[in-house]
Order: sequence, then C-alpha cells, then structure tokens
Amino acid sequence: MKNKSLVSINDYSTEEIMQILELAKYFEENTEQNLLAGKVIATLFYEPSTRTRLSFESAVQRLGGSIIGFSDSNSSSVTKGESLKDTIMTVANYSDLIVMRHPLDGSARYASEVSNVPIINAGDGANQHPTQTLLDLYSIKKTQGTLKNLNIFLVGDLKYGRTVHSLLLALMDFNPIFNFISHEKLKMPDEYKLLLDARKIKYYEHKEFTDIISEADIIYMTRTQRERFSDQLEYEKTKDTYVLRNAMLINTKPNMKILHPLPRVNEINIDVDDNNKAYYFTQALNGVYVRQAIITKILGLK
Amino acid sequence: MNKKELKVNAIKDGTVIDHIPAKDLFKVIRILKLDKYNNQITFGTNLESKKLGYKAIIKISDKFFEDDEINKIALVASDANLNIIRDYQVIEKKTVTIPDQIIGIAKCFNPKCITNNEEIITKFTVVSKKDVSLKCHYCEKIMDKAQLIINQ
Repeated sequence: MKNKSLVSINDYSTEEIMQILELAKYFEENTEQNLLAGKVIATLFYEPSTRTRLSFESAVQRLGGSIIGFSDSNSSSVTKGESLKDTIMTVANYSDLIVMRHPLDGSARYASEVSNVPIINAGDGANQHPTQTLLDLYSIKKTQGTLKNLNIFLVGDLKYGRTVHSLLLALMDFNPIFNFISHEKLKMPDEYKLLLDARKIKYYEHKEFTDIISEADIIYMTRTQRERFSDQLEYEKTKDTYVLRNAMLINTKPNMKILHPLPRVNEINIDVDDNNKAYYFTQALNGVYVRQAIITKILGLK
Repeated sequence: MNKKELKVNAIKDGTVIDHIPAKDLFKVIRILKLDKYNNQITFGTNLESKKLGYKAIIKISDKFFEDDEINKIALVASDANLNIIRDYQVIEKKTVTIPDQIIGIAKCFNPKCITNNEEIITKFTVVSKKDVSLKCHYCEKIMDKAQLIINQ
C-alpha cells in the first residue's frame, strides 16, 4: 500500500482492507502519537464537508503532522480558472500526501495520475468515497466482532447513494444477507443485484419497514434527497415511510447497531439518539482512527 | 470484377474497408482520422448489402493499417472486413476485433465525468465485446453502444 493512492475501494484487496481495520484498532488505543512529525498533508476540499475534512485534519494533527489546503474552492486559484491538473501538480510540491474532495466523477483517479505524491479520495462526485466505506467496515467489525455472516439492512436512497454501493461491494466477500428498504424509485440498481446473484448472495427487497428488522445485525440508514423526486407531492407522501423511530426498535437484536454516514435530516428520529443501538456518532469518531491508519499505511510509517 | 465493386474505383495498392454500416461511415472516418490523410481515398455509402441493409465502403490508396490502428473501428463497425490490395489483387482479407482498451477515441457519456471538464485523453475498458459496453477508467460508469460518442 506504500505510496499507492486510494481512489476506489476496489484498489484494496480484502487482505489490505483487513490490515487497515487492524491498524485502525491500534490507533483507537493509541490515538495521540508523533508519527507524522515533519509531514505535511494537503486537504483540498472543492466541496463542503464537515465530517470527512475535520476527521482527516484531526487524524493528522493527533499524529503530529501539519495541514495545508482549502475547505472552499472560492479561496483558491480555482476561481481564476486553474485546472485540476495544475492545482494538483503545484500542491504535490508542497506536501507528502493529498486528500481531495471534488464534485466531478473520476477527478480523484485523474489527480492520482498527475500527482507525484499519493492521493486519498475523500469523495469524487457521485463516484467513490472509499474512506467512508473503510470506516463503515470498521464500525461493523467493532460492534459485531466480525464482518462475516451478518444480516445487513440498507435503508433509504439505494439508487444514488454511493456509500451503500461501496459498502455492498466491500461486504460481498463476507457471506452477508442483505435486506433493502426503499421507495420504488430509489431501489438498488440492477447492476448490483446481478453481482449479488452471480455470487449467490441472498437479498430481499422491501417497500417499507416491517417486523423483519428484528433480524438485523446492522441497519444502515441513508438520507433521501428531496431533489431525487420530480414529483414533490410524492416526496412529501413518502418521506415519513423511511423514518426510523425508537419505538420500532423494541424487538431488534441486542447486538444490532444503527449506522448512518451523516448528515442526517429526519430519517432517524432524534428519539433514537439515546438508544444504545444508535451508533452513528461513534461511527463518525471511528473515521479518525481509520483515516490515521490509511495515512500512515500509505506513507509507509506503519 | 462484379457490378457492385464498379460503383467505386478499384485501387492499385492499399486497403479496402468493406461492410461498414452506412450510418456509421463518418464515425469510422473520424476514428481513423482519414481527414488528415493526403492519400487518395474513395468513400461509397448507402450501397445495398444483404447482411447490413445498407453499407459503406472506404478505399485508401497506399495505406496499410497496423492491427491496433484498424481494430478501433470495431467499436462502431464490428462486421467490417479489410481487403489488402497489392497490384490490383486482394492479397489478404482481415476482420476487426474490439480491443480490450479504448484510448482517446470515445467520449464519456457522463457529463459530470472529469474527462468532459478538463483536457484529458479518455480511457475505457471494454466490459463486453458482444454488446460493446465500455467502462470509463475515470468515473467508472459503464456506457453502452447507444451512448457512445466518437470524438471529433
């Protein structure tokens, strides 16, 4: 993994993913160290982000590294019409590693080809967000003790949500059962279902929450964006169908945890927050350890 | 020489590309960049064909293609075949096969792909040769033949 960019979750083998998760566990127990002393990490955020950027910066600073970059492309030469290539080639001169979020699909792959320092993709448009997938896997492994043989519920926008697609691909090697809960218009795309069929992985599709959630080990919630519906009336009619409430959790398994990549809007009622099955804020904290693991692995420090 | 071939002049040395779907002739011209050649070139199109309905044909004098160069046209003209001509005689016949990678010919159909927003040479992996589906190396989206646009 040394000096190798992380653009897509497919860039890592299952073995490499497990190594990152092991190392993240080590950083959870030893968060503050001086491993990155003298290293400069650039964070180029062309799009707004709270968790991803701040958890990357927290990960670096807790390891003694320093940060340069921008959190808004309006404060960079992008506003003067500078190309991505020129920005990357310049920033690569000033840093040991670049973390980038960009609104265009494929921008991270391209950046990794023009940069002479490794790139970590922190989200390229609707395409990939591999560090989110790794922290989701870490959260699942930590709460369930394993990634194997789990019953995973994916809820909400299964059509456009890149996090659910990457998570689904990453879990395929661990003999999961999937349950998909979504509106007809936001169903899991056929290309993913075909992959599951080919691997003989069981999956079930549901139009709404039912008693079946009592079988879940993980309920992974996602946000449904209003703009996905051309008919706003339909959005208003259906938006409450996919809201998880505390009262619905009574018969769920004791080990079950609720995950969400955040930000949430209304899809998890705030009365769930105090339930010990709510895990989404700890999941966001896990992002720090996982990003520490990825950065130190790529820089060859661990 | 039969009647059909008489519709366009015979060439002494060069390549005849036959069985191009008539509607795709100009795509083939663009893929091979024939507008940049100084060789004598004859095009024929909307010629009747049992196999294709209407076909097009290209005759290029004094040009012999490398396989890598000519195989690119299989993207739009998978049934095309080549006659290599020396001294008015067909000395070799060839068919075309889609390469595993397509570099710099096609445009990604995804408007949000970085290749449509910066000057980047496109690169696709051929996921299916049968239905011609291509996966963009950058945005990772898969496009089918109907979505395929050949670069100008």
